[in-house]
Amino acid sequence: MPAANLVEIRELDFAYEDRPILDGISLQIPRGKVVAIMGGSGCGKTTLLRLIGGQLKPSRGDVLVDGQSVPQLDDEGLYALRRRMGMLFQFGALFTDISVFDNVAYQMREHTDLPEELIRDMVLMKLNAVGLRGAHRLMPAELSGGMARRVALARAIALDPMLIMYDEPFAGLDPISLGVIGQLIRRLNDALGATTIMVTHDIQESLLIVDYIYFMSEGKVVALGTPDEIRASRHPFVHQFVCAEADGPVPFHYPASPLAQELLGTGAHARS
Amino acid sequence: MHDPRERPDVVVSALTNLGHGVTEALLRLGFATRFFIMVLLWSGQSFRRLHLTIREIYFSGFQSLLIIMVSGLFIGMVLGMQGYETLQRYGSAEALGVLVALSLVRELGPVVAALLFASRAGSSITAEIGLMKATEQLTAMDMMAVNPIARVVAPRFWGGVISMPLLAALFSATGVLGGYLIGVVFIGVDEGAFWSQMQASVDFRYDVWSGIVKSFVFGIAVSLIAVFEGYDAVPTAEGVSGSIKGTVVKSALAILALDFVLTSFMFREA
Repeated sequence: MPAANLVEIRELDFAYEDRPILDGISLQIPRGKVVAIMGGSGCGKTTLLRLIGGQLKPSRGDVLVDGQSVPQLDDEGLYALRRRMGMLFQFGALFTDISVFDNVAYQMREHTDLPEELIRDMVLMKLNAVGLRGAHRLMPAELSGGMARRVALARAIALDPMLIMYDEPFAGLDPISLGVIGQLIRRLNDALGATTIMVTHDIQESLLIVDYIYFMSEGKVVALGTPDEIRASRHPFVHQFVCAEADGPVPFHYPASPLAQELLGTGAHARS
Repeated sequence: MHDPRERPDVVVSALTNLGHGVTEALLRLGFATRFFIMVLLWSGQSFRRLHLTIREIYFSGFQSLLIIMVSGLFIGMVLGMQGYETLQRYGSAEALGVLVALSLVRELGPVVAALLFASRAGSSITAEIGLMKATEQLTAMDMMAVNPIARVVAPRFWGGVISMPLLAALFSATGVLGGYLIGVVFIGVDEGAFWSQMQASVDFRYDVWSGIVKSFVFGIAVSLIAVFEGYDAVPTAEGVSGSIKGTVVKSALAILALDFVLTSFMFREA
């Protein structure tokens, strides 16, 4: 019987050169669920996705995806695992030299020997699922931001992945596109029987569609819970996030010496 | 804490910069070598799917034809004029064909065609790969279990390597035609002497083959620099523009330096 958690992260450390990003983080993503990982900019959310996808290697700890330890996989094993993952990048990352249709067909052509007629039907079905069957002849440059995101979504689910990862799926979208993408994330997860990890800082939209939320700060999980638990939470970090307060546990200011000290020239950078 | 406005010790700072520069250059050279090996290792896949490489031959080779042939024609015409001007002083204007052909086949063909290729095709390869990196297309490909070196880099590399000798040959051929136009058609050098002296004095193995080898080596150098600069670009607007500049400058220097080395080996007895 497969483990209840599709993804398990165990005491993971990661640093970019000398700058620590993740600090002993542990979390679990249950099968079939939509899980959001939230936190301020630069808290290590996207890094976490890259570690799950095996694009980065942790300095300590382990990442298990469907029982396989990602950091220990060789190139072949990693590529075999990635064929079962779909990833939506922040700005879509569509291949700009080929059409919408060819973008969605890309993985089918690369990884399967399916006849072109069958690929055509599958691509149109995927595009239909995101409401863009009529746009299959367009080039990526002709799409609006929301449409490009939906095409990228159709491409991410092209091979019916077991795990779909979204990096800031709501960034820079108008309210209508935002709602559309949110509903699609939920519906596609349930229709494909997949598991979804969504890295975002859009709390209101996430609360509507996810099963579980992890809050990250300074490379650690600081709070977690279902949407209802999060709404009722008195945790100062969660409160700041849900109520969108400028200052709180997440400071408004980047660390610096006191302003008066700096302006009067008596601070750390003063002329000696 | 160190104050950035403080005047640092000039000598120490110069030495630090020098050391940093050398270390950085060595690191990049090592990275480029490893990258070159990776490209060679992944080349098999791009040859199995030949249409990828053929597409790149079309983009970097075929689409450079116009600039290569027009430049070749003009350089040949200039050689015809300058050559005639000098040769007729010594009463040997009939040797114009030899002068034009040897200058083109041995030197100008491979070198100028490679310089033009670097600025026309090399820069666009760098820009394309660099922008693909900046817009996360390479990462997306990698996440789709498609190796970007096999799919994007290797076909462009081989497209350049295959195109370069062909372009250099066409450059030389149109150059000879340009020399003929000026020398024979306009100035009136004897046509029979022009062609027969050329035929007698241009040795296939010694001259033509050396030119082909040169252009092949330049093709490897320019294509490698172009794909590496793109793949290694800092993924920002400034980063990509810096890489394009890097491709043109480094290719030009590499071509000229390699030409000196190759010439000194190839034409020692001359």
